[in-house]
Amino acid sequence: MSSARSVTDASFDAEVLQSGKPVLVDFWAEWCGPCRAVGPVLDQILAENGEKLDIVKLNVDENPQTAMTYKITSIPAMIVFQNGEAVKTIVGAKPKPALEHDLAAFIA
Amino acid sequence: MRQLIIVGSGPAGYTAAIYAARANFSPLLIASSVEAGGELMNTTEVENFPGFPEGIMGPDLMDAMRAQAERFGTEVLLDDVTSVDFTGDIKKLSTGSNGDFEALAVIFATGSAYRKLGIPEEERLSGHGVSWCATCDGFFFRQKTIAVVGGGDSAMEEATFLTKFADKVYVIHRKDTLRASKIMQDRATANSKIEFIWNSAVTAILGTDAVTGVTLTDTVNGTTRDLSLDGLFIAIGNDPRTHLIHGQVNLTPEGTIAVDGRSSRTNLSGVFAAGDVIDPTYRQAVTAAASGTVAALDAEHFLSALESAEAK
Repeated sequence: MSSARSVTDASFDAEVLQSGKPVLVDFWAEWCGPCRAVGPVLDQILAENGEKLDIVKLNVDENPQTAMTYKITSIPAMIVFQNGEAVKTIVGAKPKPALEHDLAAFIA
Repeated sequence: MRQLIIVGSGPAGYTAAIYAARANFSPLLIASSVEAGGELMNTTEVENFPGFPEGIMGPDLMDAMRAQAERFGTEVLLDDVTSVDFTGDIKKLSTGSNGDFEALAVIFATGSAYRKLGIPEEERLSGHGVSWCATCDGFFFRQKTIAVVGGGDSAMEEATFLTKFADKVYVIHRKDTLRASKIMQDRATANSKIEFIWNSAVTAILGTDAVTGVTLTDTVNGTTRDLSLDGLFIAIGNDPRTHLIHGQVNLTPEGTIAVDGRSSRTNLSGVFAAGDVIDPTYRQAVTAAASGTVAALDAEHFLSALESAEAK
């Protein structure tokens, strides 16, 4: 199964903001239990919808700049970017059907 | 059809699974998709679980319990139970992504969920300064001023943990005494970054895009005042997670599942309950584990009786 690749402060502009298709960024950290739980769920969603929606992860420990820019105060936080704009924010680990529902505009 | 399905993956669920698997019932444990491991997945050091003199990290303890349950043949499913019908002889459960399951017996160990303050701004500012998980979100409050609401052990633990990041941590409590254990109280009161605000309730959360403060109402004389904050951590306790079985299984006045005496037997034959979902009082990892053992032994007894009745 494909798993979401990592982006960094340095690659964020090219890989997320300049991307031709919508990109969901999973803001996570090693020490966050719910982040570890939601990671595999996002990998599944990527495997099933990779044509329409790209999914990447950003480690907030190693990339504080991007986390600060988007005012992240709670993780896991998932933000969908389209044409360089944050268009949808999801906070907290949710089961797959709930995430699919939240992301319906991008994967349906 | 299965012999036994266990719903829940905290200490009660996994311990029930260890016992039931060792008794050869090959249980299916439905663990939840994103909350597998339960409440201890959001804690740091667990210092009061016997057998770990140096303490153990909550997620490590739960990984070990899961491994121990799987070692004896428990099947762990990372999915959520979305509805149940426990009223017949065959217990039916539906899941979010893996369809329906049936079993002769069920152990219900769904634990409890964070209690909310119940004020309107709470949901809107959740993830924008309002948090229920200090270990997840404390990192974002470096050199900030924050508050923890609550007076129990989890409030003390969160406040103490948050001082690693924040410059100032207020503890806001409705009363003038704490419910927390003495060791946790002492640790918090000795910490120079922690300041207690007594006899105060949070009655409003301020801020449009992010938390900027709270309104406090004095619980003695009713006066109000605003307090500037960058973040608010809510640790006011938990409510038993019983929504799946409402109308099927009897509850106590406290809202926990009613069980027969010291057993795990609910009012429905073949339905057993264990852990925080039956415990309004103690709610410890160790008491939940013990309760899981009781449920596994009760279920074992029930299934053996069914088998010998069928053999006749």
